Amino acid sequence: MADFGSDFLQFSVYIAYTAIMISLGLTVFRLLRGPTLADRVVALDMLALLGIAFIGIFSIATEEYAFLDVAIALALVGFLATVAFSRYVYRGALEERRDPSKPDEGDDS
Amino acid sequence: MIDLVAGVLLLIGASFSLIAGIGLIRLPDVYLRMHAATKAGTLGAGLVLVALALHGQQLEVTARAVTGVLFLLFTAPVAAHLLGRAGYLSGAPLWSKTRFDDLMDKYDADGRKLGGTPEEALTKPPADRDA
Repeated sequence: MADFGSDFLQFSVYIAYTAIMISLGLTVFRLLRGPTLADRVVALDMLALLGIAFIGIFSIATEEYAFLDVAIALALVGFLATVAFSRYVYRGALEERRDPSKPDEGDDS
Repeated sequence: MIDLVAGVLLLIGASFSLIAGIGLIRLPDVYLRMHAATKAGTLGAGLVLVALALHGQQLEVTARAVTGVLFLLFTAPVAAHLLGRAGYLSGAPLWSKTRFDDLMDKYDADGRKLGGTPEEALTKPPADRDA
């Protein structure tokens, strides 16, 4: 029973690596192609999530649990990057909507 | 036994990640793609971390994995909300078959205010506000 369990886990690890790799390829395709800037930011967010999943699978496969800290840090950085990028998209949209000849008044909210 | 459960969770999580990737390619506009990436992607990464928590079988590993899952679940809606709002205000086009756009004409030129005051939003039914 224990043997079957670890064999099944090994099999799952291979399948999961394959699925994450395919998903990574599709996400990079969207990152390069994405018609709008928001599409690319969505793809970047997804890349961070896939990195976390990859680190999780790697930790299970090698039983090297120190990488878990990397996954948590990656989640934090991914969240902050998404917030900053969406702020950037928002500011760019605002400046485009205003009169382009008028300089930015520098009001921040 | 734990290995079996961890393996099944790993397979489900990886499948959700794959579905999120496929959705990112196949869905027609930014908001629908965000629907795939935010929900299916978070669930996929979260299930992999839960599998890791079960497989670790040490307190510090499990605690860190559960912390990671909670962090993902807390931050995903915030990030998705900000991104969707920024995308809408930057004029990302909606799918051609979209039937309702509840935010249409709700923002002024600065993109800051909603069309009505908050009191109006609470007292008036939405049909009156849409005018």
